[in-house]
Amino acid sequence: MKLTELHIGKIGRIRFVSDSPFKEKLQEMGCIPGSLIKPILKAPLGDPIAYELEEYTLSMRKNEAETIEIRPLDPLFAT
Amino acid sequence: MSDRKNIKIVLAGNPNCGKSSLFNSLTGLKQKITNVPGTTIENKVGKFTLGNNDIELIDTPGTYSFNPKSLDEKEAVKVFFEDPLPDAILYIADAANLKRNLFYFSQLSQHGIPMVLALTMLDIADFKGFEIDIDRLEKELGIRVYKVNARSGEGIAALKNALSQDQFAPHFAFGSEEDHTHESHFVSINKLLNKTTTLKSKRELVSNKIDAWATHPILGYLMFLVVLLVIFQSVFSLASYPMDWIENGFSLLSEWLSAVLPDGWLKKLIINGLVAGVAGVVVFVPQIAILFFFMGLLEDTGYMARVSFIMDKMLRGLGLSGKSVVPLLSGAACAIPAIMSTRNIENWKDRLITIMVTPLMSCSARLPVYTLLISMAIPSDQYVGIVSVQALLMLGMYVLGTAAALAAAVVFKWIIRHDIPSYFIMELPVYHVPRWNNIWLNMWQKSRSFVAEAGKVILVVSVVLWFLASYGPKADESFSIQESENVVESYAGHFGKAIEPAIQPIGFNWKIGISLITSFAAREVFVGTMSTIYSVGDEDNFDQIRDKMRKDTLTNGMPVYSIGVVLSLMVFYAFAMQCMGTLAVVYKETKSWKWPAIQFVYMTALAYLGSWITFNLFG
Repeated sequence: MKLTELHIGKIGRIRFVSDSPFKEKLQEMGCIPGSLIKPILKAPLGDPIAYELEEYTLSMRKNEAETIEIRPLDPLFAT
Repeated sequence: MSDRKNIKIVLAGNPNCGKSSLFNSLTGLKQKITNVPGTTIENKVGKFTLGNNDIELIDTPGTYSFNPKSLDEKEAVKVFFEDPLPDAILYIADAANLKRNLFYFSQLSQHGIPMVLALTMLDIADFKGFEIDIDRLEKELGIRVYKVNARSGEGIAALKNALSQDQFAPHFAFGSEEDHTHESHFVSINKLLNKTTTLKSKRELVSNKIDAWATHPILGYLMFLVVLLVIFQSVFSLASYPMDWIENGFSLLSEWLSAVLPDGWLKKLIINGLVAGVAGVVVFVPQIAILFFFMGLLEDTGYMARVSFIMDKMLRGLGLSGKSVVPLLSGAACAIPAIMSTRNIENWKDRLITIMVTPLMSCSARLPVYTLLISMAIPSDQYVGIVSVQALLMLGMYVLGTAAALAAAVVFKWIIRHDIPSYFIMELPVYHVPRWNNIWLNMWQKSRSFVAEAGKVILVVSVVLWFLASYGPKADESFSIQESENVVESYAGHFGKAIEPAIQPIGFNWKIGISLITSFAAREVFVGTMSTIYSVGDEDNFDQIRDKMRKDTLTNGMPVYSIGVVLSLMVFYAFAMQCMGTLAVVYKETKSWKWPAIQFVYMTALAYLGSWITFNLFG
């Protein structure tokens, strides 16, 4: 599933990042297959969203988050 | 004793890793800012001597990777290719966030320059429950690793000592030699961290709790509004004292110079051209310094990233991004440093639009113009409820400038073609207690670069304008010049009369025309020119200038400065591009005359149109 579908507070593991002009930037920031990511905070207008990515907080727009494919750690409570 | 050696060391690391703090505590105040020729980009260089060696430490902007995305990052990477190559790289990594911090490290390690690793933020790592085995880390990497704390000074002496020994571990390459993908780098980092770190407990940082407030749908914006109010209140009230001292100081200097210098054109050039020009730059330093103090404070504590986070959605619709907040706010002090601060915006289109609209924000040079005109248009005892109408009008001018900037951004969004989509991928750094040393130093350095960047241009323009306003053509011979009795007969006066037909539709006469021309040095010169035209001796005496201007009448007995003319003039100053310094910086930042030319044309057109509408509504 896409990172945008993961609810606030739920943890996912990144499967892959699709091609896009910002794929390299996402990778450099640590969005790498296997990394754990958790949406923690929505901006007041719902976008961008801040994620806990391994050890730090990374914010990105929905547009960017849509290119990140994840597997929820706990499938039952993922959505 | 052996020969002295020069050791060149480059500091590198991710943004928010504590690099500036470490640089400051390693070099103290012995820093130099060097300009990269032809650009406004600056490198910080610090020097210290230890033992037999002179160490040159070069700070680079924080960067996430060796494939730079923004102009800031491009500059950071360039030093690794410059001759002479650095002797070593001192890499700073945030111990609380090692995985991502080691990515750029792993890329740099393959570049072939010896490296030393310094770990910062160990207190946060400790709080989060990370334990790092330094000995193991040194062994695995084959280089020296130091724990440092810039605040307490812990580990600084050992690090300094290590740097001065000039015995760096030879070239080593971290990560897979044959596979250079980003993913393979992270695989190597994960392997390394599995061997060298342990996670003992997991505790939530206070940071996340603050964020619940700072990004709250209502409280978040309210907090930002309060922060803005505090900043602007401080900029205007605190800065007025040093500004008075500076003005008084320069008028004393002028008096002294006019007493000691022999009469002649040189004396006039020095007093009315040079000294007046320098004064016009220096008088804004207090406001700009105070604004930079607050901007530094907001950035250093981590709050500014949250402001970008909550403002991004709104600004995106206008063709800007969350990262445009800093330049737009700085524009309220001075567009020149504001435009320089756009360098961390990765997307070229976002950055260009921000540069194009920032000069519409009401800068501090417009303030004296507004103050004079508002006091002419509206009596100081008029109130709406408890709020003075004068204050409301002043606030209105700021709102007008901001609204125009945002509207112009929308237009540019449609006009400028750019294929690479904009993105907003930004770290929200952990909140920090202010690191005052960094903030003071940042304020000092930014103010100094304002004086250097703006000063040169404003000084030249004010000398040229002094000539145009003091000399005019001789009445009998068309190709010789003479000193004019007053500004009316000068070249500027002739020019003012020449453009009168063009500015009549917006309510301006040739006297205002002269002021529009002289305002090119800096907008506040308007006040000085008015006092010259109306022969007011004391330039600072607003009341005298105002009274003389009020008494000026048309042939039919109506006042020249009717409410329509005054409002039209204010709108003109709000929109017009009258600042050579800004145009020069836009040229340097965009590396083309195209954008400053477009900026000049669109802002002047906007000013003319706005003034025409205002004049016809109120005139």
